[in-house]
Amino acid sequence: MAGKKMAIIATKGALDMAYPPLILGSTAAALGWEVQVFFTFYGLQLLRKDLSGIAISPLANPAMPMPVPMPVVVSVLPGMQAMATSMMKAKMKKKGVASLEELRSLCLEADVKFIACQMTVDLFEFSKSDFIDGIEYGGAATFLKFAGETDVCLFI
Amino acid sequence: MNFDKEFDASGLSCPLPIVKTKKSLTDMASGQVLRVVATDPGSVADMAAFAEQTGHQLLQSGSEGGKYVFFLKKA
Repeated sequence: MAGKKMAIIATKGALDMAYPPLILGSTAAALGWEVQVFFTFYGLQLLRKDLSGIAISPLANPAMPMPVPMPVVVSVLPGMQAMATSMMKAKMKKKGVASLEELRSLCLEADVKFIACQMTVDLFEFSKSDFIDGIEYGGAATFLKFAGETDVCLFI
Repeated sequence: MNFDKEFDASGLSCPLPIVKTKKSLTDMASGQVLRVVATDPGSVADMAAFAEQTGHQLLQSGSEGGKYVFFLKKA
């Protein structure tokens, strides 16, 4: 039971895809596992100080439950993404689902190691000041060094 | 059943009941008992999996007044 390890690559920055790395990371840490999450491409959004821009789109998302059936042409309209995002966040709050900020704090508190992909940080011209404190920066070799020793390794 | 500390996870969804149960156990001594109350039906299976993997003993898992109640003995 002791000594298990998990590595996750978080590549997505949409609201729904932001949850799994943070849920699994915080839970594995609670089980006493050593956890590293490597954030690359759009996953870098999850490391930004301000997470309020993280959204969900009904566009090209046919499985998203909607209160009324919505033709694709309507999903394209301005404001639809903001509306879908605020509806989803309100529903999550009502159902007691943790916010991304809370899950992220729980991960950091439990010593989950967050690594930002240096290449994509440079690619998108992010500044280190855009990101929260307490994270590390590295590349593929950094990730694989730890990933090679893990029991669970996920690409999200 | 007697207990030393209580954590009310009512209204919280996965993974908060488990993650916060872990936090509640942190400042307890080995052998002390934590009572956890939850409303998330998923917590029944999750609490058993948590206990199995951490070595804390799940003394009792049941329901009371529409809520799930667990007694965990700290390892």
